[in-house]
Amino acid sequence: MEVDFQHCQSAHCENGVISNLLRHHNIHISEPMVFGIGSGLFYVYLPFIKINHAPTASFRILPGVIFKRIASRLKIKIKRKKFTSKKKAMKALDKILETGQPVGLQVGAYHLSYFPPAYRFHFNAHNVVVYGKKDDQYLISDPVMEHPTSLTSEELVRVRFAKGAFAPNGHMYYPVSFQEEIDFKTAIKKGIKKTCREMLKIPIPIIGVRGIRFFSKQVKNWLSKHGSKKAALYLGQMVRMQEEIGTGGGGFRFIYAAFLQEAGEFLKMKRLDDLSEEMTQAGDLWREFAITAARIYKKRCSADQQTFDQAADKLLTIADREEAIFKKMAELRFD
Amino acid sequence: MKKDNVPQDDSLLLEGNTREICYAVDENGKYVKVLSTGWEPKDIALRQALDFIEERANKSKEKIANNQLSPIAYYLEKRVMDIKLLSQYTHILRWRVKRHLKPRVFKKLSREILKKYADAFEITVDELLNF
Repeated sequence: MEVDFQHCQSAHCENGVISNLLRHHNIHISEPMVFGIGSGLFYVYLPFIKINHAPTASFRILPGVIFKRIASRLKIKIKRKKFTSKKKAMKALDKILETGQPVGLQVGAYHLSYFPPAYRFHFNAHNVVVYGKKDDQYLISDPVMEHPTSLTSEELVRVRFAKGAFAPNGHMYYPVSFQEEIDFKTAIKKGIKKTCREMLKIPIPIIGVRGIRFFSKQVKNWLSKHGSKKAALYLGQMVRMQEEIGTGGGGFRFIYAAFLQEAGEFLKMKRLDDLSEEMTQAGDLWREFAITAARIYKKRCSADQQTFDQAADKLLTIADREEAIFKKMAELRFD
Repeated sequence: MKKDNVPQDDSLLLEGNTREICYAVDENGKYVKVLSTGWEPKDIALRQALDFIEERANKSKEKIANNQLSPIAYYLEKRVMDIKLLSQYTHILRWRVKRHLKPRVFKKLSREILKKYADAFEITVDELLNF
């Protein structure tokens, strides 16, 4: 069986799956719109969570939250299910596919056989759509891949029951009911307000604009504290979190700018268009930070304090710039 | 980022398998999706991470040769796992996994237990034994 399903590549898996699934049900909403309405933009520096023996950071909200927020803001009901039994999980999937529905799945990225080695890390909150089954092959639309792919049922079981943080436990989901008239205006407004609050108002030093400043301070100390090798590894990891799989470049800032532009057009608000331009500049600054950081880890041994200071200063500029943008955004009047 | 500035640095790690979407503005200031074949700064970062994994795996290889660690230690690094994750994949308690890293204990493991490790590492029992 095969559902007539249109694969559309996106930068990020969660946005892409939502956008693709909704398009199947005749709700046309682009990836940036999903990201903006679902308030996906974020910053958190996580010194105590080590991946590959280096601290991490995230430029987006926790996995799954974008989905939750978009469902509540567009008033879409989503059926979700997790399993303990592998057999039952596959049976349930087959059953939904037989009704002609594409199904969203949460999977672990490490065992995805079609991924290039660059993507194969133990990350369990990857999302794909299954849209059919031919013999033993499940047809997969993975939004970060250019073309649709497939997995055998054995491979699919493996990724659906990957272990570790955010273990999917066979998690599957599909939309079941929709509001006739979707109120995009209110949804956009709510999405923007929430992002402003999260970037400016959470009184925890590692989150939002505060978090970027905190990170800047850390970068300054890395060389003297950890030595050149470890410091270079740490910086490399930060750049990967910012640019790797699905950020669309500049730690999601460009996707968000695209959202502001589209929202501005939709609501005929010139202010949003201006803010989009400023957000693009913030994204460009993140890219510049990555280039400065790359200068350090390119030639590991000759890293000097001066370059670390430059990278840290760039982060401070970014923090100031973003603070100004979100303050302006928080004051927007939608009438 | 301008559309024309979207980097096309041919990342070897993507193996020509796929390209990634970047969001960039075109000549009229409109946002469009552009496909990118890779970007050097992130490519080096990734390579550095992979090298680091390789380095750790090689270090444990030496220790295995000196009879300080069991072969499980090598695949643990190679597959980018830690004790906790391995314990979850094998359903073997953490303290037992830690014990199995000792060559003395490893030698006495039953085929059944070895199979659990081999499955988790996606290798055969023989590959694990004849390290």
